[in-house]
Amino acid sequence: MDAVLKVENLTKVFSRKDQDDFTAVDDISFELMPGECLAIIGESGSGKTTAVNMITRLVDPTKGTIELDGEDITAVKGKNLRNVYKKMQMVFQTPADSFDPRCTLGDGISESLRNFGMSKKDARAEAVRLLERCGLGEEFADRYPHQVSGGQCQRAAIARALALKPKVLICDEATSALDVTIQKEVLDLLNELRSAQGDNLSILFICHDISLVQQFCDRVLVMYHGRIVEQGIPDEVIKNPQDPYTQRLIDSVL
Amino acid sequence: MSDVTVRVQKIRRNTVKTRLIIFTILAALLVIGSLFSSHLTPYDPYLQDLSIAKAPPSAAHLFGTDRYGRDMLSRVIVGSRASIYSTLLLVGIITAIGTAVGVFCGWKGGKIDVILMRISDMFLAFPGLVFAMAVAGVLGGGLQNAIIALAAISWPKYARIARSQTLAQKETVWMKAAKLSGSSTGKIIFKHILPNIIGPILVTSMLDIGTMMMELAALSFLGLGAKPPIAEWGSMMSDTRSLLSTCPWITLSPGLAIFVSVMIFNLLGDTIRDYADPKTRGR
Repeated sequence: MDAVLKVENLTKVFSRKDQDDFTAVDDISFELMPGECLAIIGESGSGKTTAVNMITRLVDPTKGTIELDGEDITAVKGKNLRNVYKKMQMVFQTPADSFDPRCTLGDGISESLRNFGMSKKDARAEAVRLLERCGLGEEFADRYPHQVSGGQCQRAAIARALALKPKVLICDEATSALDVTIQKEVLDLLNELRSAQGDNLSILFICHDISLVQQFCDRVLVMYHGRIVEQGIPDEVIKNPQDPYTQRLIDSVL
Repeated sequence: MSDVTVRVQKIRRNTVKTRLIIFTILAALLVIGSLFSSHLTPYDPYLQDLSIAKAPPSAAHLFGTDRYGRDMLSRVIVGSRASIYSTLLLVGIITAIGTAVGVFCGWKGGKIDVILMRISDMFLAFPGLVFAMAVAGVLGGGLQNAIIALAAISWPKYARIARSQTLAQKETVWMKAAKLSGSSTGKIIFKHILPNIIGPILVTSMLDIGTMMMELAALSFLGLGAKPPIAEWGSMMSDTRSLLSTCPWITLSPGLAIFVSVMIFNLLGDTIRDYADPKTRGR
């Protein structure tokens, strides 16, 4: 089976005035298989978010290639880039901030559908359907982001990410801003989506909580100072960490 | 939520709405009134009658008469046209140009941003009215040239506001989400950036209406704006400054007109800001 997302030698160097260049992401390579849930774990500043920003092409990489579903998307621009987002979507860390405060949740969810040619009425109906699938009632389509709770907002964000039926869903610390019980609800939702979609949905799960990763993911990459220092099946990595940083990470939890 | 809080919220929401309705009606009355001002005057505003010159306010002449015996009320009403229309036009022009430049610079960044912003710095560093006088002097007198002159010096403030707001918007998470939704640059700017930055810009322009009214008046006073005998509130005030101690009504009646209209536009600006923000709309 071919990887749905293939990242090779991805590097991001920020050049700074009066200081040495800063390498946020240092030559990382990995593959995401269809239907797989891959975790990237690491402390703040380890380059996780920069890496996903490059993968989603919100930031241009300094070096390396990104291949999505067999297509090289490292340098696509304009309309071609917009088409990339039909296959790849993201759920952000701060749910309330990920919706425009002046648009209703329904507007936010149907925006991508409208952009790819769906009529206003159909898009609205689809948005309601997506909301219901994510456990929110129809009335949420007309609410503003400040009128719903963090967990509800994150469900709506997942609904938005699913609107275009992407093959790759990137969750950038999607549960970090939520409290534990809500965290579990959102994870259950993601789990349910995974089992429903099978090989059609792969998840890249960015996280800093190793116990979540153990529950939820098939494979884990450990990032430290911009590099991938260790990878493997979560249980094995936790039982038998090779890298000193992974060891410290696990010790700090247990 | 208890019954009482719901009711309180409802009343408050209605206050914003009521205020919006009241001030919109008042502003509309001013604008429409000034459009038909020539039909609303009790006397001919340009008819001189030296026998009743400098008459104090009376039943026949509510605002008194000026030094040529012209009815002040009629002149104030007719003056609204020049004052309100030219001011609204001017503010509209600078808001549109300034916002367009600011959003463009903030969105694009890079060299073009640096160049345009240094140009706007140059305008901001120059004493505004002096520059406007120079421009109006080169173009010649007349209300139209005064508007062009003031527009040339006043847009940078709006460009600054729009640029900094756009930069802030660009960093938000929902901007990333909008990009991931496959929205084009145009759609992002018109659907996500402009609605989020228009509040402060609109309030600034509403508050600027008063300033611009006075600056137009100042240019008129210097002979570079409205030319006598055309009635314009600013020039009417300036022309009669010397009579302030002896016949205050001649200076104060156009002053009152400016005060009232500036007040209405300021309050309308504040209310629009409150209403446009979904966070305060519900409060």
